[in-house]
Amino acid sequence: MIELERVSRDFTTPDGRVYRALDAISLVVPTGCFVGIVGPSGCGKSTLLNIAAGLLAPTAGTVRVEGEPLAGINRHATYMFQQDALLPWKTVRDNVALGLTLGGIARPEAHARADAWLSRVGLAPFAAHYPAQLSGGMRKRAAMAQNWIIDRGIVLMDEPFSALDVHTRQRMETELLAIWEGRSAASLAFQDTAEHASRANRSTESLPLQSTGGRAFQASPDRKTVLFVTHDLEEAIALADEVVVLSAGPAAHVVARHPVALDRPRDLLELRTAPAFIDMYRAIWAVLREEVIKSQRAMEAARG
Amino acid sequence: MADAKRHAGAIFASQAAVGLTALALWQTLVMVKVLDPFFVSRPSAIMERLWQWIVGGSLWRHLAVTLEESLLGLLLGAALGISLGFSLARSPFLARVFDPYIKMLNAVPRVVLAPLFLLWFGLGIWSKVALSVTLVFFVMFFNTYQGVRDADRVLIDNVRMLGATERQLVRHVLIPSALTWIFSSLQTSLGFAMVGAVVGEYLGATRGLGYVISQAEGTFDTTGVFAGMTVLGAIVVIVSAGVTRLERWLLRWKA
Repeated sequence: MIELERVSRDFTTPDGRVYRALDAISLVVPTGCFVGIVGPSGCGKSTLLNIAAGLLAPTAGTVRVEGEPLAGINRHATYMFQQDALLPWKTVRDNVALGLTLGGIARPEAHARADAWLSRVGLAPFAAHYPAQLSGGMRKRAAMAQNWIIDRGIVLMDEPFSALDVHTRQRMETELLAIWEGRSAASLAFQDTAEHASRANRSTESLPLQSTGGRAFQASPDRKTVLFVTHDLEEAIALADEVVVLSAGPAAHVVARHPVALDRPRDLLELRTAPAFIDMYRAIWAVLREEVIKSQRAMEAARG
Repeated sequence: MADAKRHAGAIFASQAAVGLTALALWQTLVMVKVLDPFFVSRPSAIMERLWQWIVGGSLWRHLAVTLEESLLGLLLGAALGISLGFSLARSPFLARVFDPYIKMLNAVPRVVLAPLFLLWFGLGIWSKVALSVTLVFFVMFFNTYQGVRDADRVLIDNVRMLGATERQLVRHVLIPSALTWIFSSLQTSLGFAMVGAVVGEYLGATRGLGYVISQAEGTFDTTGVFAGMTVLGAIVVIVSAGVTRLERWLLRWKA
């Protein structure tokens, strides 16, 4: 669970003025919930994510992660960046294993686990390649494996697929949801104890990559908590349980929160034409549109 | 692939043609007495001299000294430059303190240092190594400093999120990032290391290629001067081909 309480962040501009990027943002991301954050470009979405990651300290307000106040790097979270963040001088296998080797796990074991993840994201034949030898989509998949291999409860994602073409992007979104939903099955198998006896049945018949069935979604404590930033409203609705709309900057704040009542697992290829999806898109776009227009006006004004 | 090979063959043939044409022109102009061999010597005499050096064994003795000085200069200069570059890049305070001094020292023409080094380190190899170090040091220093400072912010944030400690950050991101800059400047550094050694020998030594050239100049032996220059040129071409291969292997992760 991530709790932001009246979080603000100021930056000093080169000419010495103070620019308020975020203004008193309060937001709770419950455990196991997939929350998408949308807003016009330049509204401080990435700043918000960096604060949740502990890479940036808020100027005012508090951040609590799993109930504890956050100080320094958020050790409960992984972070998938918009840009390529694989180390170019390490092979794909070494990159995926990096989080494990940094944590002191011996190389043979780390490599074995990295190879398991590489086959899971379809990159097994490319384990010995360097990132520069992969396509953009393959690099994203490697980055996904690099993050998910270190099993942390929270996943932060900053427009991870924005640089990809539409089709690759849709595949990556599908894979992301499969991995995310798969975790509940995997962890259920681990918790095969008396108090979980009722669920244990289901876990035996579901493999890690399969989802747990088509029930309408409630935040599941077995899944990772995801905070997903995007400028693409369609992507946010397609993936998330809740869409949070940020206002145009400066002093961005939360203008609306919309729960997404679409069944899981979702078929992303069909979803975008479903009436429920389109209704939801219209409702949120009505709010977001205002902010996008404001942000464009501000940019034009700044350009003179 | 076959196409690339044929291309490489064509380039090599053309290179040889350019060189041979220039030599033939030179030889002809001397033979028809347009050029005076006292001032410019002639290719056939230079070849003959080189052959004498090779057979007599004096070439290897002098060459070995020059290469030893260059290599020592390169290694010491690299060690000093890389460690100082790294320290200053990690400490903005120290970087500011040392900035004017580094600029001042880098502006000193190395030739004026040579007599000082002769005085301090004697006529042996160490005065030449010192001169070599003053040249290599700055190339290595600036490249390391830039390489560490230029390390991609996203890569740093990513490994920190993946759980890296400060030491792991240095090892997995900052050093490799600086190494790419250092490797890319290896050609320059090697060239400077040799320039330092040869200039040092030229100004005062008892052995080495620079010494051979300066002896020849002292007796108006232009053939000896050109023969010495030919050896230097050939060595640079051979060494730089080796460095190119090394660089390609070290930076093999670059597509």
